[in-house]
Amino acid sequence: MSLNGLLAQLLVGLINGSFYAMLSLGLAIVFGLLGIVNVAQGAFYMLGAFLAWIAFTHYGIGYWPALVLVPLLTALIGIVLERTVICRVYQLDHLYGLLLTLGIFQVMQGLFVYWYGTAGLSYPTPSALASGHNLGFMYLPNYRAWVVVASLAICFGTWYAIERTRLGAYLRAATENPTLVRAFGINVPLLVTAAFGGGVALAGLAGVLAAPIYQVNPLMGGNIIITVFAVVVIGGLGSILGSIVTGLALGLLEGLSKVFYPEASNMVIFAMMIVVLMIKPAGLFGSER
Amino acid sequence: MTDVEVLALRGVEGFYGESQVLHGIDLSVQRGEIVTLIGRNGAGKTTTLRAIMGILRKRRGSLRLMGVETGGLPPERIARLGVGYVPEERGIFTSLNVIENLMLPPRLKPGGMALDEIYALFPNLKERSASSGAKLSGGEQQMLAIARVLRTGADFLVLDEPTEGLAPVIVTQIGRALDAIRRRGMTVLLVEQNFRFAAGVADRHYVMETGRIVDMVPRAALSGGLARFEAYLGV
Repeated sequence: MSLNGLLAQLLVGLINGSFYAMLSLGLAIVFGLLGIVNVAQGAFYMLGAFLAWIAFTHYGIGYWPALVLVPLLTALIGIVLERTVICRVYQLDHLYGLLLTLGIFQVMQGLFVYWYGTAGLSYPTPSALASGHNLGFMYLPNYRAWVVVASLAICFGTWYAIERTRLGAYLRAATENPTLVRAFGINVPLLVTAAFGGGVALAGLAGVLAAPIYQVNPLMGGNIIITVFAVVVIGGLGSILGSIVTGLALGLLEGLSKVFYPEASNMVIFAMMIVVLMIKPAGLFGSER
Repeated sequence: MTDVEVLALRGVEGFYGESQVLHGIDLSVQRGEIVTLIGRNGAGKTTTLRAIMGILRKRRGSLRLMGVETGGLPPERIARLGVGYVPEERGIFTSLNVIENLMLPPRLKPGGMALDEIYALFPNLKERSASSGAKLSGGEQQMLAIARVLRTGADFLVLDEPTEGLAPVIVTQIGRALDAIRRRGMTVLLVEQNFRFAAGVADRHYVMETGRIVDMVPRAALSGGLARFEAYLGV
């Protein structure tokens, strides 16, 4: 086993882990506050990548503006869905939210398969990040380094906003007791809608970051969301820090297994999930409710 | 005392699902008054407070708060009129520490208590400001729940059994806090089972039985009416 091969796989693992972390973070926020297991998160990730591709191909809007515009547009679409459809199942069992968002996911994925097929489209790497650096022991493409740095910054920024700011305190309090937070004069329904928009925007942003690395494909959301759910279960549903740490760690674990036992790399995360469910059913960072 | 009505309920009915729990409540609270709602368990005292706060969604009749009809308003709009609510279960957020809990409710009006004044009333809270809300004793939780709404500038406080299950020394401390609240000219509606405590702090008492107000006793008439109360409360 060469050191180069190991480091290259660890980098791939770190990048995959960054996407797991960003997507499961959005899931954690939405589940914590709305009690909705948002399967559509995968579709919003795919939507983010497609919106970036459409913006570039049809409107000549490049990567950097897309990095700002696409999450906003994704959030807007998410907020419309939340206000018109998803808000109707809050009073029901979690299962209804899961089924509803699974339906939304299927419709969105189906539409993009219908429009664009499943062959996949390529999105160019932004020219400023096109080359790479030879670190001596491995070659590091600039864009991949950027994705790792950007996603870590996004994850840390989100964690900080939730754990250390006043708005975050409202969110945490509303997660525990929404009625009482309303009785303090805070518009919780608005907060819930904004949080849903924020969670979905994270998925859209991840989609833009992913576009130059993976092919822009209608099935990309479905492929990743299964793994992200395993990450969420391992980290503990609704735990912010758990989502970030577990996402990154499992990406690395997946990368490592590709080096040492490639046949297992597709299932190592799920094997891990089973072990965690047996030992600590609430997840590594979760608390029993 | 200026005779300004802070709260006026006329024929208020309240429902949990299909079952009616409030059967036409009439009561009023004037500015600067401390008024208690007393009665046995299940008489509808907490439900009345929940109707006032807009938490009980199925409510009918006239509920006027600071002159505003609040029957159709959501809780956040009602709170914004300047109401501070301390629920029976205290509602301390366990994922927030003491200072985060204390700072959580937004300012509703100018003139709230400064942090120093609050700490002077409840010194325990200052010592425990970095503790998790989950680690507080029952008494500390109650102090925090009251302190939390004193900061906001709310001039009408709605307190649900602030002394329930607390040691006498803490009840005394909460009584002192109510004196300070009165001195600031704030208005209070208080649900209380501890009649001795209620008699010490309140100007008037409404007695509730099975979802109705059955009597109103002003403080002056209290000593003569003690037997009456004991009959109501079954003590």
